[in-house]
Amino acid sequence: MPRPASGRRLLPGFGLSLGCTLVYLSLLILLPLAGLAFKASELSLAQWWAIATSERALASYRVTFGASLLAAMINAFFGLIVAWILVRYPFPGKRVVDSLVDLPFALPTAVAGITLATLYAGNGWIGRHLEPLGVKVAFTPLGIVVALTFIGLPFVVRTLQPVIEDIEPEIEEAAAMLGASRWQTFTRVLLPALFPALLTGFTLAFSRSIGEYGSVIFIAGNLPLISEITPLLIIAKLEQYDVVGATALAVVMLIISFVMLLAVNALQWWAASRLHRRSGSADERR
Amino acid sequence: MSGAAAVKRALAEPRWVRVLLLGVGLGFLFFFLALPLLAVFGEAFATGWTAYAKALDDPEALSAIGLTLSVALFVLPGNLVFGLAAAWAIAKFDFRGKSLLITLIDLPFAVSPVVVGLVFLLIFGAQGLFGPWLAAHEIKVVFALPGMIIVTMFITCPFVARELIPLMQAQGKEEEEAALSLGATGWQMFRRVTLPNIKWGLMYGVILANARAMGEFGAVSVVSGHIRGQTNTLPLHVEILYNEYNAVGAFASASVLALLALVTLLAKTIVEWRMRRETLMLKAELPPEKN
Repeated sequence: MPRPASGRRLLPGFGLSLGCTLVYLSLLILLPLAGLAFKASELSLAQWWAIATSERALASYRVTFGASLLAAMINAFFGLIVAWILVRYPFPGKRVVDSLVDLPFALPTAVAGITLATLYAGNGWIGRHLEPLGVKVAFTPLGIVVALTFIGLPFVVRTLQPVIEDIEPEIEEAAAMLGASRWQTFTRVLLPALFPALLTGFTLAFSRSIGEYGSVIFIAGNLPLISEITPLLIIAKLEQYDVVGATALAVVMLIISFVMLLAVNALQWWAASRLHRRSGSADERR
Repeated sequence: MSGAAAVKRALAEPRWVRVLLLGVGLGFLFFFLALPLLAVFGEAFATGWTAYAKALDDPEALSAIGLTLSVALFVLPGNLVFGLAAAWAIAKFDFRGKSLLITLIDLPFAVSPVVVGLVFLLIFGAQGLFGPWLAAHEIKVVFALPGMIIVTMFITCPFVARELIPLMQAQGKEEEEAALSLGATGWQMFRRVTLPNIKWGLMYGVILANARAMGEFGAVSVVSGHIRGQTNTLPLHVEILYNEYNAVGAFASASVLALLALVTLLAKTIVEWRMRRETLMLKAELPPEKN
């Protein structure tokens, strides 16, 4: 029986599947994004810069980035704890809790938005107890942080969980044998091992938060210069039939998206190569 | 003795730390996940069952549910075929520019939904690239169902492919090659070998894509035009009622979406469990590798 020479593709369907993929992606993603660039080219660079750096736009970047950064930091801290207890500690109802972590992925953002706004309003279940303490959450920038914390929650937990599961017990045992306290083992051994994944989860949550719209607008109050996020400013411009202004801001957002995507890819590559190096050196020792 | 005790102490957190971490972690999840979920249903039933039932038995709410279902119905098959094709090409073959292609598939995750909506408005809208041509032929894309389907396709494009690529890469291509060398046609190989291997991953991707398709708000909001009873999906309907201070109506519709989210989580958990069990069974069947 004739055997195909090595290097020849044995499996069928390469041309068909790659062709379908490329056509679908081109029509649905590349061509439309090219359309945005085409529309934006009606603007001169100076005009674009003037819109992109107008006072209201700059304020919206500050709100968007500030709230996203804060929310991602909250998620990095609590996400590490949640991932740790989900992997290491036994407790009743763990499977339900574990499934529930994905709720922000499954719950439509508009539902999250109106619910959080209602919970944190002055007469809401949570807001009622915060208002007497002088803490106003709903309809302030703090509300945006709350909404973005909800949205970004699964990213850190789900990135960390498999990495914590994969930590070899030998590493911790070795540290303990060498006289390290539990805190030293954590800060010197565990945290460095978890750091790439933690940073990846942080970046994913941050990147998702920057573009988030549905969950934020209900709780934000949406005051220009104070609690207006950039996606909302784009909508505001569209509602005033300022398509050019909206396009200019969309280009800014799109550039940020590309940068974030590259950052996430670089981080994942770094994390994978670090992991690879570790297991590689472990093999050598054997 | 003290040495062994010290080592043991250094291997696990002290009891008070464990209790503290459990308390902080579960408390965080309670305030940020459980309480919002409870609040949706609490607000929906705030004035009793009858008000809830009345809020849902409303022509606008029903048409919103219908529209949401039809958007998902149009989006998912395209998504499924694309996901399968992309995963087959990427996982089973080597070619140049593969990592660029993977990044491109991930792109919709990174772009703001509002920007996605705007992009399609710029193409199909009245002043858009194809706007005049579409108007001349009386084809409505923007502010109508086709536009909403297209933006949802953009948003959900990565889900199935993203689940299948790592799964199919891990499975390799030996089984398919064996089927072919035993005389199977390409279609037989796909149906008898590939599909059974990836069915859970495929289902997982479709479940996630469906949840996003039915729940998408920002992108759909831009291209829907908010025509009541015509282009309002369920999330948009929730927004309108909420802005009209109709809390019970808004949360009644929201509770339908929250129920969808719970069903999604349940299905996801079951699929994950089945996937794990099958991998374990597979490992048990195989002879242990020689060390």
